[in-house]
Amino acid sequence: MNSLVDFFSFQDPNIRYVVIGSILLTASSAIVGSFTFLNKRSLVGDAIAHAVLPGICLGFILSGTKNPVFLIGGAFITGWISLVLVDFITTRTRIKEDTAIGLILSVFFGFGIVLLTVIQKSGNAAQSGLDHFLFGKAAALVGEDLYTFAAVAIILLIAVFLLFKEFALLAFDKDFARAIGLPVRRIELVLTSLIVLAVVIGIQAVGVVLMAAILITPAAAARFWTDKIKVMFLLASIFGALSGLAGAYISYVAPAMPTGPWIVIVISVIAFVSFFLAPKRGVISRVLKQNTIRKTINDENVLKALYQLGEESKNFFIQRSVDEIIRRRKFERENLIAVLKRLRNQGYLEQTRNVWGLNEAGKGRAQRVVKIHRLWELYLTTQLHIAPDHVHDDADTIEHLLTPELEAELERVLNYPKTDPHKSEIPYRE
Amino acid sequence: MNSLYIILTASLVSMSCALLGCFLILRKMAMVGDAISHAVLPGIVVAFLISGSRDSVTMLVGAGLIGIVTTFLIEFLHKKAKLQADASIGVTFTWLFAVGVVLISLFAGKVDLDQDCVLYGEIAYVPLDLVLTDNGYILGPRALYIVGTILALIVLFIIFGYKELFLTTFDPAYASAIGISTTLWHYLLMGAVSATTVASFESVGAILVVALLIAPAATAYLITDNFKWMLIIACITGVLSSITGYYIAVWLDGSIAGAVASMTGIFFGLALLLSPTHGILFKKLKSTTENQPSAQKVVV
Repeated sequence: MNSLVDFFSFQDPNIRYVVIGSILLTASSAIVGSFTFLNKRSLVGDAIAHAVLPGICLGFILSGTKNPVFLIGGAFITGWISLVLVDFITTRTRIKEDTAIGLILSVFFGFGIVLLTVIQKSGNAAQSGLDHFLFGKAAALVGEDLYTFAAVAIILLIAVFLLFKEFALLAFDKDFARAIGLPVRRIELVLTSLIVLAVVIGIQAVGVVLMAAILITPAAAARFWTDKIKVMFLLASIFGALSGLAGAYISYVAPAMPTGPWIVIVISVIAFVSFFLAPKRGVISRVLKQNTIRKTINDENVLKALYQLGEESKNFFIQRSVDEIIRRRKFERENLIAVLKRLRNQGYLEQTRNVWGLNEAGKGRAQRVVKIHRLWELYLTTQLHIAPDHVHDDADTIEHLLTPELEAELERVLNYPKTDPHKSEIPYRE
Repeated sequence: MNSLYIILTASLVSMSCALLGCFLILRKMAMVGDAISHAVLPGIVVAFLISGSRDSVTMLVGAGLIGIVTTFLIEFLHKKAKLQADASIGVTFTWLFAVGVVLISLFAGKVDLDQDCVLYGEIAYVPLDLVLTDNGYILGPRALYIVGTILALIVLFIIFGYKELFLTTFDPAYASAIGISTTLWHYLLMGAVSATTVASFESVGAILVVALLIAPAATAYLITDNFKWMLIIACITGVLSSITGYYIAVWLDGSIAGAVASMTGIFFGLALLLSPTHGILFKKLKSTTENQPSAQKVVV
């Protein structure tokens, strides 16, 4: 508990640096990564992340120091080469993009591992800590390194801020961007460079292997809460920052733990909570909505069956047994009884022992459904010239969905017709 | 003798991977294979904690199941949560892999695995763990038996399921029309990929398995149009990469698995440039020779 207080009081300047550093790293990666997510190129981020490893090692071998400028430079070069190769392979051969990504990612990573093991055995004392690039170590961010990475993160944020409109347009409608004369190729080039930069500094926090997660998982999570792109970017950066904060904290209390995986677990938990619980787009609310719609459809189908029975006997309020209803329209018995009880409780049906019948309210609702069904059939045959025997199924769907506004519009367009294409009378409210 | 053991193990692993990789890349599922190879990690750690050893049937079965769960989770996120396909893969495998690494750190004392081993295996130690008979006779390294068994199982799987695998890969609609369940074979294949990943894990690590799964198959795909030949060429490429990779690693004193993965990339690069049918140089040559007759006519 003490460590929690110590950490969040931010008294220790080291803690302050680490917290600011990791938040900047994860948040800027999340923002840049949101564009790869929107461009549907999430796995390209993964490829770059793996491909920077040989670059970092080469930078170290050539310079002999862990000076971040050399490491970032090397990483930037191999990250770029990997992207160019993926593009080259997909456009010039019959190999698909996913294969090309997987291939480049694993081969570059393998080469990086060879270099890393060679460096480790070379006995150069400066090499210790180079393997932090594999799984990340937020607490290792101290002193001058931190300034370099923070500077890069701020450059990223400013670049995204300035070119936000262009990037967003490219993600949503590249053809339009081209048509209005934007230099699409050049903007893509800038965006790709930003992604490579984000990867290069992001791996400080989570490492090469899990870099893809802090690029795309915050964006994927944010996407479930909103349809507005700016809100999405804001949320993604907040989610990213939260996971960065968690990573810094874990680095502080458990220095032996690899930080990267913990950051990824935190951001993934946020993502899964979003996938399930987000209003509107989340799995749970979607399932609930589907259930409501299914219930409405079942209800209205039962009411409709009773109404049609009423039309045959010219009396809508006769009460009928479950068997009679099933004879009119096929329902599963138990399901039907459940629906009947629900409709009775909602005040659409009257029940006397085993028989059920419409009341005024029920008749009104059923009459509307039947009316829309028949109007729609008529609309399809007269306005869209579809054969009368092809319109029933479509009308069966639309009868539950049409809004009152459209219903009125339909009546007006068809000029309040008397009968449908099958000569059944169209019922209007008296 | 040690070199022979290591090369043999690497070759057997690369052949199992190459065979499955051919199906993966033709089904456009290369990245799902990548995801599975990462995602089996928590399965391996948990199975390790339960069974206490790393070469048990429990582990193979457990990891096979995890692979199927991964596939299922990716499809769930994509179809039910309506998350786009690339992101579903990315979110799923990074998360499972992260859990695996954290589990390793938490149980560092109890689990005989470390993070380096996860990344690039310990194939150099293969000859150290030998199977001995009661009277002390050496039967060869344990890992060799494990990857040998897996290869045999994969070969049997492909021979007996050849028709089904072939049809569900190339013409899923026709396959389901004649009553082959595409879903069943999809999951069987994913189970096989995870079992192979787990068995190869010790020797080449989680990420380099991906190179062996994808690169040899992609190389073969550039060389031939015949599927049976593709399987054979992929295996040959895998074995060649293992042999050359081993000697390069010894020469550089670096990671063997990393060198093997680099070699698969080199072989792919060669095929990319030099393949008689799909190579870039020959395509260029062909297009220039096709243009030549007309040019000559003009000269005449």
